[in-house]
Amino acid sequence: MLKKVFGYGFLSVAAIISIFPFLWMIVSSTNKSVDVTKGRLLPGSHFMENLNNLLNTVDLVPALMNSAKISIITTILGMLIASLAGYGFEIYQSKSKDYLFNFLLLSMMIPFAALMVPLFRMFGTISQNAPFIGIDTISAVILPTVTTAFLIFFFRQSTKMFPKDILEAGRIDGLTELGVFFRIYIPTMKTTYAAAAIITFMASWNSYLWPLVVLQSPENQTIPLLISNLGSSYSPDFGVIMTAIVIATLPAALIFFIMQKHFVAGMMGSVK
Amino acid sequence: MIPAKANPTMQTAKSTRGLRVKNAAIGWSFVAIAAVMIFLFYFYPMIQAFIMSLQSGRGTNLTFVGLENYARLLKDPVFLTTVKNTVIYLIIQVPIMIILALFISVLLNDKTLKFKGFFRTAIFLPCVTSLVAYSVTFKYLFGQDGIVNIMLMKMSLIAEPISWLTDPFWAKITIIAAITWRWTGYNMIFYLSALQNVDHSIYEAAKIDGASPIQTFFKITIPMLKPIILFTSITSTIGTLQLFDEVMNITAGGPGNATMTISQYIYNLSFKYTPDFGYAATVSYAIVILIVIFSIIQFKVAGDKNA
Repeated sequence: MLKKVFGYGFLSVAAIISIFPFLWMIVSSTNKSVDVTKGRLLPGSHFMENLNNLLNTVDLVPALMNSAKISIITTILGMLIASLAGYGFEIYQSKSKDYLFNFLLLSMMIPFAALMVPLFRMFGTISQNAPFIGIDTISAVILPTVTTAFLIFFFRQSTKMFPKDILEAGRIDGLTELGVFFRIYIPTMKTTYAAAAIITFMASWNSYLWPLVVLQSPENQTIPLLISNLGSSYSPDFGVIMTAIVIATLPAALIFFIMQKHFVAGMMGSVK
Repeated sequence: MIPAKANPTMQTAKSTRGLRVKNAAIGWSFVAIAAVMIFLFYFYPMIQAFIMSLQSGRGTNLTFVGLENYARLLKDPVFLTTVKNTVIYLIIQVPIMIILALFISVLLNDKTLKFKGFFRTAIFLPCVTSLVAYSVTFKYLFGQDGIVNIMLMKMSLIAEPISWLTDPFWAKITIIAAITWRWTGYNMIFYLSALQNVDHSIYEAAKIDGASPIQTFFKITIPMLKPIILFTSITSTIGTLQLFDEVMNITAGGPGNATMTISQYIYNLSFKYTPDFGYAATVSYAIVILIVIFSIIQFKVAGDKNA
């Protein structure tokens, strides 16, 4: 009995601590800055006012568009590249390919902080010849981060359970190898793609360090850069900042709630 | 699939080899784009970084200096502070978070527990926030006149507001609290699914043998989950060694350099101070070396318990 009470007590405290910052964020977006600093915890009626102020002080819509563009392209390209590779490593398995696979996995150990300086110089050089994919472009944000060993690993793991007989059936029906991949593999692996899409989209939507380094002009700003800038201002308007944070968090939170199952499945797939 | 012709044996032998070669070529072409991208954007930059680490100078005017940067590293007080800070985060935050996550998942794994779905979703919720968004939120929660101080004072737990962000000690605590808030639920999900695969009869047997809940936790649960604990502690270690977004947005490395991490120092060296890409690359290699060392230690610790 005592154990029960303790268990519920502990979980309740953990749940409250987990939820509180969200509540505070949402409540503060409806309050005036002064009230936020006074510690008001009740919802107010200033959300539209805060939203208006936000839209007048920063380029929120362009930043949302930039973030959306980068995240959608990264997700589609990243899944295509990684699933092709994961499929290739598993279906056309060979010793030499396994060596390559293990070698590629090593890249997961490389911290991004170690890559950012050489990558920045690399894109600096590219800028001189091809400014459209150089520094301060969306391509420069996408290219170095679109392929991850993690996603290749994830697709290879998921392919292990794929019924390989259907591939043979497709070949007999006269499909090319690439045809088998697009017509049979992709449609049957929908849930794997859904999980991969969530992981990739969230990572891209939230990424901060590389965009901070490579995007320089304000019109190319992404949402995390915008929020970071707002947060470091000298006289912050809390209501306005929390409104921005709520708007930035909403897409990711919605996707999570709609696709909760896939999200957890995706995380698990990585350690099967 | 192969059209049969005259002289079947010769023809088949030849075609299967042909087919194998063709299949191999197709297989390689499936993995080619990914392999090229990883080499181009991970391994090639690491080689570049190594070459740069042997050079010094302002901006892009670099000259060869040999191992000078590495010697400078060991005498650089800022670098040593950032290593110290990062290691403090690591050895305090990672164990706290893992034990907390384990504990919560054991409680949630109780079959008779009510509101299980609510607890699980609530505790996982922090994982959907972006690092920047939650960091900025935490910065205001823990401000001098922030809601945390207001509430602690209302509950009479403290008499004076705590300088969460401007005191070197409390600033570190704030960072640790923030990371723990963000990642505990994430690790919990891994343990929960691993626990669901553990046979319940083991727990029944332990109960009959008179084992206390604490004994069961340490003698059964932890050993059963060892592979997944190892996995999560290595990913958390790699994550913590690269810590950037939180520190940058909560304390900006301050007060002084009291919360600055290695990643942030690399960023500052390259893009904030007068850029010294050569030395920044040298610092980068320090993180790589730390990751390798800590991963080896964790594998060793896990391995020893096995014997």
